[in-house]
Amino acid sequence: MFILVIGGGKIGYYLTKTLVSEGYEVLLIERDQHKVVTFTDRFGAVVMQGDGAEAATLQRAGASRANVVIATTGEDEDNLVICQLAKRMFQVGHVMARVNNPKNEEIFKRLGIDTTVSVTNIILSYMEQSLPDRPLTHLLTLSHADLAIVEASITGRSPHIGRPLSDVKLPPDVAVSAIIRGEDLLIPGPETRLQPGDEVIAVTHRASEELLREALSR
Amino acid sequence: MGCGRVGSTLARSLDAEGHHVTVIDRNQHQFQRLGTDFHGATVRGTGIDEDVLRRAGIEEADVFVAVTNGDNTSIMASQIVQEIFEVPHVVTRIYDPVREQLYRSLGLDTVCPTTLIAGLVHEKLRDNATVPSSGGAG
Repeated sequence: MFILVIGGGKIGYYLTKTLVSEGYEVLLIERDQHKVVTFTDRFGAVVMQGDGAEAATLQRAGASRANVVIATTGEDEDNLVICQLAKRMFQVGHVMARVNNPKNEEIFKRLGIDTTVSVTNIILSYMEQSLPDRPLTHLLTLSHADLAIVEASITGRSPHIGRPLSDVKLPPDVAVSAIIRGEDLLIPGPETRLQPGDEVIAVTHRASEELLREALSR
Repeated sequence: MGCGRVGSTLARSLDAEGHHVTVIDRNQHQFQRLGTDFHGATVRGTGIDEDVLRRAGIEEADVFVAVTNGDNTSIMASQIVQEIFEVPHVVTRIYDPVREQLYRSLGLDTVCPTTLIAGLVHEKLRDNATVPSSGGAG
């Protein structure tokens, strides 16, 4: 697999380092000649100087045979154009962009970027997940299917304690997939009864997340 | 969007024709280019931010023009305006002829000053080359 990384900031640097050590064919494109020299000393000849938003640079980098292009610069407009050039002019199968302003994540998806990563959103969700007494925690978004994986903590005050799962009224498109009880993983059936301290893992449509929150935090 | 030489000149002439014009620019001091007789509005911020666009009244706009000094900024703003706010007419200036061709093929209404000016200068050179032979007698 040939991966093109654009932008030699912290993310581009560590990503290239990791991918090289895992044996991928990688080329990092960086604008700043000083960085190119430093990185070449560290990783070998896998760094090229150039502006990744210029078609000529992508051409020189061999974008037409790249399987994945990852744009990691600090400017969203540059990451968007790099990915669109890679996809439309060089027919790259999978383009991935770092999103600096979390507001742009939805926009990038609508404009055809296959994968978006917002560092801010990731940090927010980890912090949210670590807050004590959260009734429902968003674990993961499966963007291609508009689904989310969430975790609900069952407290001692929950009205669902001791009742079989089949009695708990949940939104229609929610699949309760697992219950973590202490150290044990339970695969729930309709007869499974909830206990205080249970962590319920469910797959839900993103639109039903709020309803699920209400249903379980009552 | 973009209150440089082109943006401010365009804004002033549209304003003089009686259109409702709002100008977006990141730098407040750029608005000085609009002069004292400009009747339109100004919004400080970047046009690649949905909230800034909303503040500028994008939801009521008939036309959006992106003439910033960064091609990628103009391209991204124009796509947001076209795809998300569905403004009927969006014009984008793109300096790089390669990017200009690509985004034209993707449905943006683009203007490329590089090819325009190169073409105009080329024409002038061709005209001048014919002048000495015909103008010698004058």
